[in-house]
Amino acid sequence: MTHDASATQPPALEMRGITKRYPGVVANDHIDLDVRRGEIHALLGENGAGKTTLMNVLYGLARPDEGRILLDGEPVQIAGPADAIARGISMVHQHFMLIPVLSVAENVILGSETMAGPVFVDRAEASRRIGELARRFGFDLDPDARVSSLSVGLQQRVEILKALYRETRILVLDEPTAVLTPQETEEIFALLRRLADDGRSIIFISHKLYEVLEVADRITVIRRGKVIGERKPSETTEGELAELMVGREVELTVDRGTSHPGQRMLRVEDLRVADDRRHEAVPGVSFDIRAGEILGVAGVAGNGQDELVEAIVGLRKPLGGRVTLEGLDVTGFSPRRMNEAGVGYVPADRHRFGLILAFPVYDNLVLTSYYRPPFARGFIREDDAILDSARAQVERFDIRTPGVEVPTATLSGGNQQKVIVAREFDRPLKLLVLDQPTRGLDVGSIEFIHRQVIAKRDAGTAVLLVSAELDEVLEISDRIVVMYRGRMVAELDGRTADKSDVGLYMATGQREAVPAGDEARS
Amino acid sequence: MNAIPEALNALPVLGIVFQFLGYVVGNLSFMSQTTVAVAVPIALAALCGAVCERSGVVNIGLEGIMLTAAFTGWMVGVAAVGILGRSDPLPVFGITPPLLIGVAAAIGIGMLVSLLHAWLSISARIDQIIGGTIINIGAVGITGYLYHLVANQSLIGAGSFKPLSVPKEVADFPLVGWLANAVLSQGPIGIVTIILVVFLQVMLFRSRWGLRTRAAGEHPRAAETVGIDVIRLRYLNVVMAGALAALAGAWLSMEHGSKFDANMTAGRGFIGLAAMIVGRWTPVGAFGAALLFASATALSASLTISPPTGDLGDLMARVPGEFWEALPYIITIVVLAGLIGRSIAPAADGQPYERESAT
Amino acid sequence: MARRFLDGKVLQSLAEPVAAIVFALLAGGIGIALFSAYVPGHSAFDVGLPIQAYQSLIGGFASANGITSTLVYATPLALAGLGVAIGFRAGLFNIGGRGQFLIGAVGAMAVVTWIGRDAGPWITIPLALLVGAALGGFAGFIPGLLKATSGAHEVVTTIMLNYVFLFVMAWSVLGPLTLPGAPQPITVDVSMRNGALPILLGPNGLIDFGRGGHVGLLIALAAVPIMWFLLFRTTIGFEIRAAGANPDAARYGGMKTRRLIVLTMTLAGFMCGLAGATTLLGVVHEMTPGYDTTIGFDAITVALLGRSNPIGVGLAALLLGAMRAGSQAMQIQAGVPAELVDALQAIILLFLVVNVLRRIMASRRRRPGSAAPAQAAAMPATGGAA
Repeated sequence: MTHDASATQPPALEMRGITKRYPGVVANDHIDLDVRRGEIHALLGENGAGKTTLMNVLYGLARPDEGRILLDGEPVQIAGPADAIARGISMVHQHFMLIPVLSVAENVILGSETMAGPVFVDRAEASRRIGELARRFGFDLDPDARVSSLSVGLQQRVEILKALYRETRILVLDEPTAVLTPQETEEIFALLRRLADDGRSIIFISHKLYEVLEVADRITVIRRGKVIGERKPSETTEGELAELMVGREVELTVDRGTSHPGQRMLRVEDLRVADDRRHEAVPGVSFDIRAGEILGVAGVAGNGQDELVEAIVGLRKPLGGRVTLEGLDVTGFSPRRMNEAGVGYVPADRHRFGLILAFPVYDNLVLTSYYRPPFARGFIREDDAILDSARAQVERFDIRTPGVEVPTATLSGGNQQKVIVAREFDRPLKLLVLDQPTRGLDVGSIEFIHRQVIAKRDAGTAVLLVSAELDEVLEISDRIVVMYRGRMVAELDGRTADKSDVGLYMATGQREAVPAGDEARS
Repeated sequence: MNAIPEALNALPVLGIVFQFLGYVVGNLSFMSQTTVAVAVPIALAALCGAVCERSGVVNIGLEGIMLTAAFTGWMVGVAAVGILGRSDPLPVFGITPPLLIGVAAAIGIGMLVSLLHAWLSISARIDQIIGGTIINIGAVGITGYLYHLVANQSLIGAGSFKPLSVPKEVADFPLVGWLANAVLSQGPIGIVTIILVVFLQVMLFRSRWGLRTRAAGEHPRAAETVGIDVIRLRYLNVVMAGALAALAGAWLSMEHGSKFDANMTAGRGFIGLAAMIVGRWTPVGAFGAALLFASATALSASLTISPPTGDLGDLMARVPGEFWEALPYIITIVVLAGLIGRSIAPAADGQPYERESAT
Repeated sequence: MARRFLDGKVLQSLAEPVAAIVFALLAGGIGIALFSAYVPGHSAFDVGLPIQAYQSLIGGFASANGITSTLVYATPLALAGLGVAIGFRAGLFNIGGRGQFLIGAVGAMAVVTWIGRDAGPWITIPLALLVGAALGGFAGFIPGLLKATSGAHEVVTTIMLNYVFLFVMAWSVLGPLTLPGAPQPITVDVSMRNGALPILLGPNGLIDFGRGGHVGLLIALAAVPIMWFLLFRTTIGFEIRAAGANPDAARYGGMKTRRLIVLTMTLAGFMCGLAGATTLLGVVHEMTPGYDTTIGFDAITVALLGRSNPIGVGLAALLLGAMRAGSQAMQIQAGVPAELVDALQAIILLFLVVNVLRRIMASRRRRPGSAAPAQAAAMPATGGAA
């Protein structure tokens, strides 16, 4: 249901010629945008297209190099978030800006506190107002609950409440549905509709085509920092939007070839894993991977994938269950023993688990093998062997670096990942575990890594690929499973899997969309 | 009535425990008074540390601030006496103008040194523990140097504040008289400290300042996105907290004692940090922990002044005096080791914050 | 490996400490002039006083006696500094040098007191040094273990232990180690019990040069390259540095980070205990209940100045040793208190930690892309933030 907002008044927001440069890249290139009162306006684009930067400019978190901003026809200078808030602009960020140890009420009023006198906060009044606001927009929230005890969907509501609590005329939401289930997404959309009907302007940043078509009144497509086009949902299709978003360039897809799976390599039986907060993130999964096969695990981030992966490679002690590698029981093995047993690991958080950024490239290349020959004789490190091996790997894996002695922090993200790949891939592996291996990387590096993974598979390695990028999973997996709430809820063939089917499994754990209100909430 | 305690005291092992309890009760007035007094500098240091760390800044240097303030307060007091001459102290607290000027100077220098620490931590963004250690080294060096220069001159200081004299009726009040006596028979800085503990507790958890401070220490980026100036808030808090540590220094050289000695802080600042951790970064908790640590010192003082008799006395006589002096420090370690695993500092504690909007 | 690019890096690494020292001397000079009225025989704001002070400071360590004095001062500084530096590399702050030094002295004294007379110097001295160092190691082990198991922050625990060991030392001097029949409480004189370290440089020593240069300085001289080798050429050293730089990645690499914490703190304590033992057997020879040391903070200064690199630590120890050697002369000749050196330490460190940042911020404006290494280099090579 779309809404033709009034076009007679000046637009609530106009951004004219906004240009923002960062070292090496033009994030926003003379962008024009206008948003009317009572309109839901979507900003559509790929990751890195410049949508968030544009909104940071609007919110005062970044200063534009060129361009103007007009609110209700009046030119304004926005000095910072406090200024933006004072002018009625609120932003719900992609990564929650909530303080876990504080209550819902405290988080909502922070910065615009409801006061009892000049010094003290009026908690009772704040709680009352928040409860009322929540009810008015149709959701139930205990104002005094600690934010850390809330589910992700509820935390999203708190973020939105923060915006509603202030006199917001323009509400910006940055990828709000990334962590929501479809039912929660529907509820958010209904809420946004109500807010727009109330007279507010909503800017909705997303890279999901079907959502944008569903909820927006107008869509502006941004690619590589430029506005490519503006459409009304009724006048366009997913296909056209996709083309605009991505451009007519030929996408580099990798030929996955045919897999010839051999014997069973990895067997996971009823593995149970707890997360950092002692909740059972994985209540029990079982699956097999055969040698020479890529098993892709699709799923929205936060459904237990990281915990599962960490338990398999030895970084996390499982609560129960068994992991067998080519017949050998490796349950609970330390990371080093797993490594020695022929397991390679590319972690999701590469700066935390994958690399020591301050150390030279050659040290990171031997991070898991520094203690054994040829890199060490007893306690003494063999520097020549380490350097020679490092240089050879840099050559083989085409790692762009001025030398092997430079701190790894100076390499680009893609090359840092190549260092990890070189280290983990450059030996015979029985099992290769990859978690979000191409997140945040440029197209060239993504293609490179995909090719390396397929080469490993062809050499007989069993590959476990965990990724929140559905396209990646679909592109190179031989078999696909979907993780939902810590369980594997579907198994499909990698070649024939239907993208929307997988998407539904990711979102609901089931094949069919469930009507709102039916699904039990925990 | 006496038969029961006597019987208890005569039990083989438990008897010692009961004798000990009896001793404590018997010396309650002295011990409680001393405990509160000794706790004052520790509590002030803990309060300083808590305010800083709640805002997200680690302040190891508060021992140095204490020392510098102790020296400055005393020296300025000497200068004030030189200029103004001795005057009659007021009946309450023994206040004289030089003493007041000395305290003001101590607070002033404390805030100045804190400003340095704030700049190092917030703007220069160096490792905050190293910054604090540098301040400590500097304090020892500079006060040592200056003290050496003036030590051989016979200097007339401003003296010291006097504790309140609590009326006998209050002290003898059944059951709680000793408590009132302990709390009230303190000097002005001591009384101010107790008030500050309550004040800061209320402010930290009920006021807007407190909410914003806690936000800045937990998730500075989130605070920034709702319009709070985290940098400015941290600067303000660290400098204000410096006044607290400075008061502790003033207590040392102008209330507890009446002059400066080299290194007179004797690790109280660090015990204060431990008290802050044990007290879970809350003012009231920190004060409680400070009392705990102070009680060891009070106990050792009491044992020296009025040694116990009987089995307990024999036992105590065999324990070397140095043990009692070391006891507060040992207790600190034991408590820290037992509790730390489970207590959580403010999430952004010690992490320098870089503003996004500067670009 | 390190040698190949040592030349370019060394120059760069030296520039900042040298700049810090120069600026600190200037600031110190201003400070001296500011309070010159309090120095007998000088008027207020006497600019000649700092010049006089620095002259006598340099003169103090530039003579034969001064050089041996410098080496003697530098010995415990190097040993303890190496201990603190290796802690920094692992991301640990060992502020317990004072207590570890004192307990090391106690250990050495105990050995000499009990077996010195009968066992002769060849057994007594090495054993005393070993026991002293071992006790220091134990003194480091405790906070290390506490940190590894309960997370108790080593800054507070090591400082608390300083006081505990201070009292333990006082008790032992007054008790088991006391010299019977002495008018004041004091221990035996180790030179009477085959416990004194032989003199290398001195009137009665191997080489007639200066005074008091005991064998301990050879130990310190050997310790520097040994530590360097340990840290940069062995797998253990790699693990220590890795644990300090990124404990999570280290854990993935198979390193046992908790064990490394305990090991490093024990080693740090060992070095500081060794410093205490050598100072006792080489210089002081006996202890009173009031025996104390400033080694705790001095070692931190030396470790930071030396950027936690053993070679740098050795050089920094020589520098600080020279300053201390000269400070006596400065106090006598110019009347400026020797505590100036303590104050200068702090000022040098201040300029050091800030200078680095300043320079990098200035170059950031010229080369905007280098943000990442700027942050990495901002730490004065402590190996890990708090």
